Amino acid sequence: MAIFPLRISDLRYRPNGREVLAGIDLELGDEGITLVLGPNGAGKSVLLRAICGLVQPSSGSMAWGSEQGARPEQGVMMVFQRPMMLRASVLHNVALGLKPLDLSRRERESRALAMLERIGLADRAGDSARQLSGGEQQRLALARAWLTRPRLLLLDEPTASLDPSASAAVERIIREIRTDGTRILMVTHNLGQATRLGDDIVFMAAGRVCEHTAVQPFFARPRSEEARLFIQGELPWRMRFPGA
Amino acid sequence: MSAFAATFSDALSLLAHFDHTVLEIVALSLQVSGAAVLLGTLIGLPLGACIAVGRFPGKTTLSVLINGMMGLPSVVVGVVVYLILSRSGPFGALGMLYSPAAMVVAQTLLVVPLMAAITRQVVEDVWARYAEELQVMRFSWWDSVTTLLHDCRHSLVVAVLAGLGRAMSEVGAVMIVGGNIDRATRVMTTAIALETSKGDLALAIALGMVLIVIILALNALAFGLRHWAMRRYG
Repeated sequence: MAIFPLRISDLRYRPNGREVLAGIDLELGDEGITLVLGPNGAGKSVLLRAICGLVQPSSGSMAWGSEQGARPEQGVMMVFQRPMMLRASVLHNVALGLKPLDLSRRERESRALAMLERIGLADRAGDSARQLSGGEQQRLALARAWLTRPRLLLLDEPTASLDPSASAAVERIIREIRTDGTRILMVTHNLGQATRLGDDIVFMAAGRVCEHTAVQPFFARPRSEEARLFIQGELPWRMRFPGA
Repeated sequence: MSAFAATFSDALSLLAHFDHTVLEIVALSLQVSGAAVLLGTLIGLPLGACIAVGRFPGKTTLSVLINGMMGLPSVVVGVVVYLILSRSGPFGALGMLYSPAAMVVAQTLLVVPLMAAITRQVVEDVWARYAEELQVMRFSWWDSVTTLLHDCRHSLVVAVLAGLGRAMSEVGAVMIVGGNIDRATRVMTTAIALETSKGDLALAIALGMVLIVIILALNALAFGLRHWAMRRYG
């Protein structure tokens, strides 16, 4: 089943009467890295959760591929800010991504080991995943998702609270995943990272997409007032949460 | 005071000389309670995890019911199992009444709710943290249950120990369905009750000491295992 283009129209999410997504319109093509920027509470993470089916939108539509259809059963993965680390080895945690597939345990572990080689954690395969550093755990989570060969990978602040060298290692893997043919939609607060990684920027505020444009013009000439103030670090409170 | 010391001395003497009666009773107790805990583990742990992970109507009611059954009076379970296994009961033809098998059935019914309730609580806490990621990875309901049970295995030792403690210290149900028959269905707790009523306190105290040592040793082992696992896997 074709996944792209993904067309999101007037997507709204209103739990307990509070408008978290206030009519999102967005279209994603089949390649590149799109960075989602915006202040806290803008609805960035909720948008990712809605795309991968973790929250049920109140209204609006998502069209996958050329046909208006249901979310594909496979091909969409998400990596969270604090990824799940089971009380097991690094190898077991990576191979976990393949568990729903009809593969033998040996095959799962063989593929997981090859993936660990790619991300530079093969020498830690037998160690406990929980003993890895934050950056290594995030690399493991990316490897777990990558192993399933997703068409669309959603990343929710994967480098939040990582030091610069750990962030750089994570960014290297994200670029490799993109080169491998996976479309990436990533939430970040790091403007430097946005310029390094992104092909285009989706800027959100108060549950809306204020602009969706290429990286260069976004930083050089932001079209919306919210984006201009956000880049300058001066976005006022009333623009972040209009209802507050 | 001297009578108390003499009774204690006699109890220690029974233990020091590996008294045959003591060993026989201890062995049967371990067999019956061990089998009940094994069955309880096979039923109670998956049951608790299924309730934790599942989304179905009546989930809250079932959770409350399982929690309530943790305090099920053992004599009530004994009477129910007695009625089921007695000649006129639905399983009377099996001829299990007054046998160790009947005692295993009764103890299993006592430990399953306890183990399921503890498992549900432990797994539910972990499920709250992992649910989204497992859903994104398209884990089936059963794959989620097995993954969570494996991840919580060190914490679930507590559930197994609680079940073992309940099974080994239980008197009422095994007395009713086992009958406390010498060399057939006499276990530590029923023997302690009987010998105390007969005034043979030495045997009762010897069995009591063995019971306490077994439970303490198993708890120490579980504590050590959990400590090692936490250091190994975090």
